[in-house]
Amino acid sequence: MSSAPASAPPASNPEAPAARPTRARARFSVPGNLGRAVLSNRKAMAGATLLAIFVVMALVPGLIAPGAPGAELYPPGQGASFAHPLGTTSYGQDIFTQFIWGARASLIIAVVAGLLSTLLSALIGVSAGYLPGATDGILSLITDVFLIIPAFPLVVVIAAYSKGGGNATIIAVLVVTGWAYGARQLRAQVLSLRNRDFLVAAKLRGERTLRIIVSEILPNMTSLLVANFLGASVYAILTAAGLQFVGLGNVNTDSWGTMLYWAQNNEALQAGLPLWAVAPGLGIALLGGAFALLNYAFDEISNPALRPVRGRGARSDS
Amino acid sequence: MRYVLRRLGFFVATLWTAMTVNFFLPRLMPGNPAIAMMARFHGKLNGQALRAMEVAFGVNAQESLLAQYFAYLRNSAVGHFGTSLTFFPQPVSGVVLGALPWTLGLVGVTTVIAFFLGTLIGMVGAWERGGWFDSILPPVFIVLSAFPYFWIALVSILIFSISLGWLPLGFAYTNGARISLSWPFIGDVLVHAILPGVTIVITSIGGWILTMRNNMIMTLAEDYVRMARAKGLSPLRIMIDYAGRNAILPNLSGFGMSLGFVVSGAILVEYVFSYPGVGYMMLQAVLNEDYPLMQTLFLIITLAVLLAILAVDAITVLLDPRTAAAS
Repeated sequence: MSSAPASAPPASNPEAPAARPTRARARFSVPGNLGRAVLSNRKAMAGATLLAIFVVMALVPGLIAPGAPGAELYPPGQGASFAHPLGTTSYGQDIFTQFIWGARASLIIAVVAGLLSTLLSALIGVSAGYLPGATDGILSLITDVFLIIPAFPLVVVIAAYSKGGGNATIIAVLVVTGWAYGARQLRAQVLSLRNRDFLVAAKLRGERTLRIIVSEILPNMTSLLVANFLGASVYAILTAAGLQFVGLGNVNTDSWGTMLYWAQNNEALQAGLPLWAVAPGLGIALLGGAFALLNYAFDEISNPALRPVRGRGARSDS
Repeated sequence: MRYVLRRLGFFVATLWTAMTVNFFLPRLMPGNPAIAMMARFHGKLNGQALRAMEVAFGVNAQESLLAQYFAYLRNSAVGHFGTSLTFFPQPVSGVVLGALPWTLGLVGVTTVIAFFLGTLIGMVGAWERGGWFDSILPPVFIVLSAFPYFWIALVSILIFSISLGWLPLGFAYTNGARISLSWPFIGDVLVHAILPGVTIVITSIGGWILTMRNNMIMTLAEDYVRMARAKGLSPLRIMIDYAGRNAILPNLSGFGMSLGFVVSGAILVEYVFSYPGVGYMMLQAVLNEDYPLMQTLFLIITLAVLLAILAVDAITVLLDPRTAAAS
């Protein structure tokens, strides 16, 4: 999940962080360039294709699997067959229908929680990096504290008290616990930008701080923001699934985590219905994997030093 | 010295935040869910213990909020965490101490294994960049790290316990076995730890591989590595002593952040395997609405993570004197 800009040791190589943002800007300012970069990277292509499949599932589940996912219409506990490609649950629901309809909840949680966390990370990280002394000190302390407190136990504690909450509660909990990592990375990036000429010039022109942050700093961090969004989405997918799996979400929603909860409650594995637990888990894993692949590819796109080398001779002249 | 003091101050701030979250959360929620819980204690607890619990959860307490807060902080600091509902009438602290060794053993050992193995794979991957080793292992483990821990746990149970019958379904030792320091019992514990342990290792190793590989690629481009090559040092020595030693530093400082992720995943792994550690117990406490136990486990987990980070900090200062000097 970590991307190279934050982990590159700035002390030993002062040139590298300064050079990166300009390159990133040239590459990402035009959407066409971004598209071409994704197309030419195999990992990005694999991730984008997977994601596209899930988006289709989330948009038109009724076209792929008509019928209500929760309806208990069929003989319970059946194995895979032509009528039920993944079999039926102990309650007589069609597992394939549940699987297709479950994509929507996971995708919504991933995208909304990912966006909101990135927004919060940007707000706090950029302010900490750009504003002077005391503000930075306080914001950084808060960031570090939230980074260190183990997120899942905290999520469990909050969810336990606000029990029965739907997706909105889960998203709020995920944002509260998931912003700190990104904020820290963004702060580091702002620190490396702070004394560059175009920012000094903007300050001398008398631009307001907010305007400098929004229209001068943020556009220069697009690649890091995208990486952050992808990382936060993976976190949201996995954590939400974990919460739903242990029954801390709303157990009556159609989602993969909830499917796993009912499968586990009915001992699906021991009862000879492994597909009931395998299918939703695979959905979560593949959706998380799609975001992770895109993130991994983004590291390579925004940091050319990490791109795969073709042929072994390339190493010696680096 | 200033560095040490600053770090300690930071740890106290973190612990204080965790305690404050514990104190204010039940009060912030509509209709304070702890009230329903306290009703279940009714007639079971004597005067003083009952009052301590009422102060901790803000149920019909007479004092002001501030007085309650300080009373709660004082009770937590001296280890008075109240009484567990699930394990009534045992005090929470005793219940937690019984669960802690299992988690420390399982999560501690697997984290160290994952760190070393991941760092090694990342280092060799960057060194053999573009080779078969680098094209297979890092991508596979990085994709695996996006898989839900608990689902890997479920699938491994399905394959190795239910289908093949090689390994036990769960728990930390055979049901009914007497806990002792004898070889048969230790072997039994190890056999039960294989599946949860391997699950944690293969899902947490990806992060170490990725950061180590990226750092190593940066380090390999440094002049001192080229210098070492020019001197004709053996490749193994360059890889480990020149590039690897410098590339590992960001990995170590990332340890703190990653530990939180590992612990989070381990909670669910324990849950799936019914492994009697703090994670499993925490989820049991949640399901039983045993808030004193739940809150204490949250504090203990935070404390354990902080202590582990403190240890890693010490190692980092030893390996890289710049960290202490820079602050």
